[in-house]
Amino acid sequence: MELLGRLTFDSLPFYSVIAASGAGITVLGALSVMAVITYFGAWRLVLFDWVSSLDHKKIGIMYIMVALVMLMRGFIDAAMMRSQQAIAFNSDGYLPPGHFDQIFSSHGTIMIFFMAMPFLAGLINLIMPQQLGSRDVAFPFMNSISLWLTTAGAGLVLISLVIGKFSTAGWTGYPPYSGPEYTPGVGVDYWVWAVLISGVGSTMSGINFLVTIIKCRAPGMTLLRLPLFTWTVLVTSVLMIFAFPALTVACGMLALDRTAGFHFFTNAMGGNMMNYINLFWLWGHPEVYILILPAFGVFSEVVATFSQKRLFGYISLVLATCAIGLLSFTVWLHHFFTMGSSANVNSFFGVMTTIIAVPTGVKVFDWLLTMYRGRIIFKPPMLYTIGFLVTFCIGGLSGVLLAMPPVDYLMHNTTFLIAHFHNMIIPGVLFGYLAGYMFWFPKAFGFKLNEKWGAWSFWCWIIGFYLAFMPLYVLGLLGMPRRMEHYDIAAWQPHLIIAAIGAFIIFLGIVCLAVQLVVSIRDRQQALDLTGDPWNGRSLEWLTSSPPAPYNFALVPQVQSIDAFWDMKQRGVAYERPERYVDIVLPKNSFIGAVIGGAGFVFGFAMIWYIWWLARCARRHLCRHRHSCLRRRHHHRDPGGRSEGHRGARFAQLAMTPKNEMADDPGFAGQPLPEGAA
Amino acid sequence: MSDGVIFALLFATYVVMLGNTAGGPTGKELFSLERAAGETALLLLSSTTFGFAAVALAAADRSRVLLWLVVTVALGLGFLYLEFGEFSGMIAQGAGPDRSGFLSGFFTLVGTHGLHVSIGVLWIFVMIGQVLIKGLTRPVASRLARLGLFWHFLDIIWVAIFSVVYLPGVL
Amino acid sequence: MSDCPIEPQGVIVRQALAYRLQIILAFGLALLCSGCGALTSPDLDPNGPITLAERQLLFDGVSIMMIVILPVFVMAALFCWRYRGTNRSARYTPNLAYYWPIEILVWGAPAAIIIWLGFHLVPGTHRLDPYDPIDTGVTPLKVEAVAQDWKWLFIYPEQNIAVVNELVFPAGQPLAIRITSDTVMNSLIIPALGGQIYAMAGMQTRLHLLADEPAEMWGRNVQYSGSGFADQQFRAVATTKDDFDAWVAKAKSASATLDASTYETLAQPSQKVPVTYYSGVEPDLFDRIIAKWRHGDIVDPAPAIPAAATVE
Repeated sequence: MELLGRLTFDSLPFYSVIAASGAGITVLGALSVMAVITYFGAWRLVLFDWVSSLDHKKIGIMYIMVALVMLMRGFIDAAMMRSQQAIAFNSDGYLPPGHFDQIFSSHGTIMIFFMAMPFLAGLINLIMPQQLGSRDVAFPFMNSISLWLTTAGAGLVLISLVIGKFSTAGWTGYPPYSGPEYTPGVGVDYWVWAVLISGVGSTMSGINFLVTIIKCRAPGMTLLRLPLFTWTVLVTSVLMIFAFPALTVACGMLALDRTAGFHFFTNAMGGNMMNYINLFWLWGHPEVYILILPAFGVFSEVVATFSQKRLFGYISLVLATCAIGLLSFTVWLHHFFTMGSSANVNSFFGVMTTIIAVPTGVKVFDWLLTMYRGRIIFKPPMLYTIGFLVTFCIGGLSGVLLAMPPVDYLMHNTTFLIAHFHNMIIPGVLFGYLAGYMFWFPKAFGFKLNEKWGAWSFWCWIIGFYLAFMPLYVLGLLGMPRRMEHYDIAAWQPHLIIAAIGAFIIFLGIVCLAVQLVVSIRDRQQALDLTGDPWNGRSLEWLTSSPPAPYNFALVPQVQSIDAFWDMKQRGVAYERPERYVDIVLPKNSFIGAVIGGAGFVFGFAMIWYIWWLARCARRHLCRHRHSCLRRRHHHRDPGGRSEGHRGARFAQLAMTPKNEMADDPGFAGQPLPEGAA
Repeated sequence: MSDGVIFALLFATYVVMLGNTAGGPTGKELFSLERAAGETALLLLSSTTFGFAAVALAAADRSRVLLWLVVTVALGLGFLYLEFGEFSGMIAQGAGPDRSGFLSGFFTLVGTHGLHVSIGVLWIFVMIGQVLIKGLTRPVASRLARLGLFWHFLDIIWVAIFSVVYLPGVL
Repeated sequence: MSDCPIEPQGVIVRQALAYRLQIILAFGLALLCSGCGALTSPDLDPNGPITLAERQLLFDGVSIMMIVILPVFVMAALFCWRYRGTNRSARYTPNLAYYWPIEILVWGAPAAIIIWLGFHLVPGTHRLDPYDPIDTGVTPLKVEAVAQDWKWLFIYPEQNIAVVNELVFPAGQPLAIRITSDTVMNSLIIPALGGQIYAMAGMQTRLHLLADEPAEMWGRNVQYSGSGFADQQFRAVATTKDDFDAWVAKAKSASATLDASTYETLAQPSQKVPVTYYSGVEPDLFDRIIAKWRHGDIVDPAPAIPAAATVE
């Protein structure tokens, strides 16, 4: 068995019915996807148009697909935890500790690294270059590598269901528990390598986004004319560039401890686990803002568009975003006030943490003031935004409470903390991404999502959220620790049952999302977006057709003002026919990104199972392709005549639908004057 | 930049782990200032010769670019040889990275730098090939400039390693 | 909207209102639950000055934050209703984007609250520093706590006894606990008395607590530590002085003593360990447990280093 390292037949999950069925669902899911592709004879399309694509929009869509799949998986974990805790009063429930611990670990890992991060990268990829008036990101090839490395990490987490076990050390993987001495199996290795590999991808994404915003803006798009979503992406990418190395270092050292016998974080031999906790949160706290800032950006776009009004306090919002980015590096210690730091240190980090509430509060008020004297149209993205505004405040309140060290001494490690960060991440991050998904879906696919099912999904999510997490606040005050597999305090159970009901309602919300997608695809002919501007939008992404041409803009637009597209519509120049067309150079599709992702996956798998020969092969492969990155990239030239053809068809289409689609809405304010092809 | 952050954190970790020798050997017993000085000389010199290559590049003198790149790569290989000797010597003495937290920190910090130098050496080889085959075209010149930034960056890191790790270690 | 004519617009507005009601209901429900829960809540119904003060800080924080939270609720509800798209009588200023007095207000109000909070936070953190002894004029009772997989060992050095999974102490006399771990990181808390502090191998942390009244409470590890985590809890009993003396006498009469070899056996992973008393404890056992992680060799605890060298 040397050949397979420590991989043996016993690694397959036949030891428990639940584990085996989890594995079965994973394998069946993969098989049925393949079967569907084969049934539609779509392998060529999938491989040559998508997998090898360097088009930022397709890469964005693939990111979001990964995120939605992982959202399902992460939610199943959550549902299992909630149901276990609802019944585990003075009983063992249906999950043994070893299994329950894997579930809370994979839930956190998936939701942060493989749901939120890909969703974020997907929305940014899809929209940010278009908002800049750019034809693509700065490094399209690197973009493809980032995508496939992230997917490789997600693949490792999924395959841990089938082969071996996942980590039991939580999503933070604190040593020494996660060290080789206390958890020798493959679980933590799965976690370490999935996080490391996708972390490299995220760092590269950060670099890519930042360079794109700095270097690829359309003429006239000064920094203070950037749409707010792009501003948040700018700050987020700076955070990614500076924060992700800390994660790489922390996890790299943990991997050295586990695989090569180093002593960074071991109990004995001069290791010091406090270093890990510092390094981890040096990444971990900025990470929270990496996730939430782009969501703030989405809310800013949505609230202005659906209030039919300019965003209030643009400069304040930009300053607040930058302030949050800066401050996010000064608060990491609040994750471990209880480690025994002196009162001076604790109060410094406590005060820094509460200061972050100031720019965040400014944002909330600016969004509300954008609604003030607007004409609000309650489309699903706007519903999510309003739900966010109200709910997020409660999370902010509990966050400020936890920032006070003495309160944290009591509430740390309890479900109060769980309720707090879910209260930030579900309304703050996830609602933002879902709002963005419904807002920009027509841009990506050319038809709108069904609004009735969108509204239903919102109601399920928000009601489910309150039911699932308000009881956790109460439980925190009742002293219930997080990560309890069973308990013997009767007062806890009713709250846990309510929370489980809440989880079920959130499940209905997810079902609504699925139904919405299916219904929308079925009825797409009735909801086609012919103008490319379905919401009477304000920024440049609405200038392109839906879906946009591969190069987005036949002619790069000239920007003269903030809310560039809105301004163009008001000046009546949005749909002017250009005098001549130019040739456009686009990168050719390349499989190398996917191959590098595949090699990363194999490398990770081999390192987890100690299959050294395979790891060497995969590493050699990675090195070889690193060289190929240095080679000249292949481009193809899109002749001006062809884009003229596209544009001709688009102008014909615009002439047929001279009105903006929002003009039919009873809440439509008539600003700017609806205008067809000039 | 991200690489800079990685090194900064590795430095921080090393400094924190300085006292954690777990009864094992300390830096004073292990480091040889002569060897470290030799490594430093080689790497600093290689940065200078890369500078000459850059000057030759500005003058579009292809053969001198090649000459200085070859000298740089030779110096880089010399540095790697010395470092490899140092590491294997320490491991042979029973002072490998698994001996103590301090040595884990040392090997990871200096080893990560060494890994970067190896990548730099490989990169120089690739660029020598590109200069040979394609000549000093604009993309090649731009890549050489980027390689130069990388190589000088490694030099700066090494200066920091020398002053944080070796000098206080032996003094 | 082709499939969404005038009627559903009104529906959505009404839903927005209904949703506001739901939030208020959910709040009320949560408050109600916590009201009932308070009967058994160690945090809201404390038995010592530390939790009481920490709870007071929590309440202060909630009330001051209401100055910004409540306006947000009111504004959100009001604006959603007043400026709904179909309400043509409301004022509409599509280009209103900046008004400096408001900018000052939106920055100033949260900043003022945070400054106010800072004046509570910093002194509060110093006053409630768990490392500071509680000054009541009574000499504190010294206890040494060791986290093991998956139980707590409490050593009473002055009484020369040790006990597993039970902490007994007189009400009114402060507790001075030194804490370490002989395994992964743990966190010790007795919520009715005060906040938690981590227990880490090779290191020592401190916690000072005080119980007002004799009562039976619970304490536990709240930092996830492996498969026995859920059951890693203990009885924490505040007694009268007499009851405490009787309890010490009971422990003194136990047959087992805690020497190096008994300790090694005890330190092995085990779950749901019943309360166990040891009538004698090897001298400096606590310091030796710390020292063995600080000097390389795990199996040989012999070269104990002095307690002064431990990390504080």
